[in-house]
Amino acid sequence: MTEVSTPLAVRAVGTGVKVIEIGGEITRDSEAALQDAYERASDGTRTIILAFDGLQYMNSSGIGLLVTLLVRAKRNHQRILAYGLSEHYRQIFELTRLDEVISIYDAEDAAVAAAG
Amino acid sequence: MSTTPEHRDDGAWAQPVQTLTGADGHINVSGRRPTAPIHGFGKMWQKTYRVELHGADVSPEEVIATWKEHFPEFWPAKSSFFAPLAGIAPGEVAALDLGMPGGLRLSTGVLVLFADAESFTLMTPQGHMFAGWITFSSFVENAETVAQAQVLMRASDPLYELGMMFGGHREEDRHWVHTLRSLADRFGAQDAEVSVETICVDKRREWSRVSNVWHNAGIRSALHTLGRPTRARRRSGG
Repeated sequence: MTEVSTPLAVRAVGTGVKVIEIGGEITRDSEAALQDAYERASDGTRTIILAFDGLQYMNSSGIGLLVTLLVRAKRNHQRILAYGLSEHYRQIFELTRLDEVISIYDAEDAAVAAAG
Repeated sequence: MSTTPEHRDDGAWAQPVQTLTGADGHINVSGRRPTAPIHGFGKMWQKTYRVELHGADVSPEEVIATWKEHFPEFWPAKSSFFAPLAGIAPGEVAALDLGMPGGLRLSTGVLVLFADAESFTLMTPQGHMFAGWITFSSFVENAETVAQAQVLMRASDPLYELGMMFGGHREEDRHWVHTLRSLADRFGAQDAEVSVETICVDKRREWSRVSNVWHNAGIRSALHTLGRPTRARRRSGG
């Protein structure tokens, strides 16, 4: 498979809370990068926040990757929160009903506060 | 004033809908909510069917254009896909009649969740055998054009989960292998071998979704078939 994805940044924002910065394009080619970011974010983490403010393009394969990430997190008893979604991507979360299982916030501080 | 799309995928996604509309004359479609893989009951599976189009001088965009335009023609004869009048475009709804064991027909539908020049995705409604979506895509890999169908799904309810365990998965594999072979034949591909990769994404079952069985399109289709003589008598005034 052609790998064109770049590593996604991961940073800690509190005890047991990490942010994965989802930037650029999320397509089937992003699988390895997303998996790698999740593994880096997972160590001792109870809440993972997905930052979408750098997202430029996502197709349905990309949203499938988010579903598998969500399942993996649930299996590991981790919460997934999100912020930085444009109106367009909020609508896609609504359409795919991911907004029922991922709490969405306008800004990082609100998501971090909710992470407790 | 012209408006520039903010994202390259603007227009490729369906608009949010609470329930499906359309597919007139088909049961188990209108009024049903679209369902993501997280709304199903059974184990979560990712199944990938792919074929390399050896010897076919065709671009991924041409593969997707043909696949969209002639989608039902690649299906096995025992199942029917009633394409929307507007074709496979974001937000359109199609009806399906799927051949089941015992000669039963299962009526259901799909929402076109996403469609662009490189891929398109169909999302299932409540009552379908599985909650999830199927993405059809084409791309170049090792200098060959590849066509791929990828299913991300959970069986919708416990009855379907049993059905999937006892032959349903095998039947689904046959369906998509046939589809990809037919597509490869359309482009004159040589020695088209369809590969199947099955990954269990989550082996747990979602017991909170047991009540999905209320919408089971298989049961409703069977009841609809059984009620056909009564409805015909009523219509004729008998």
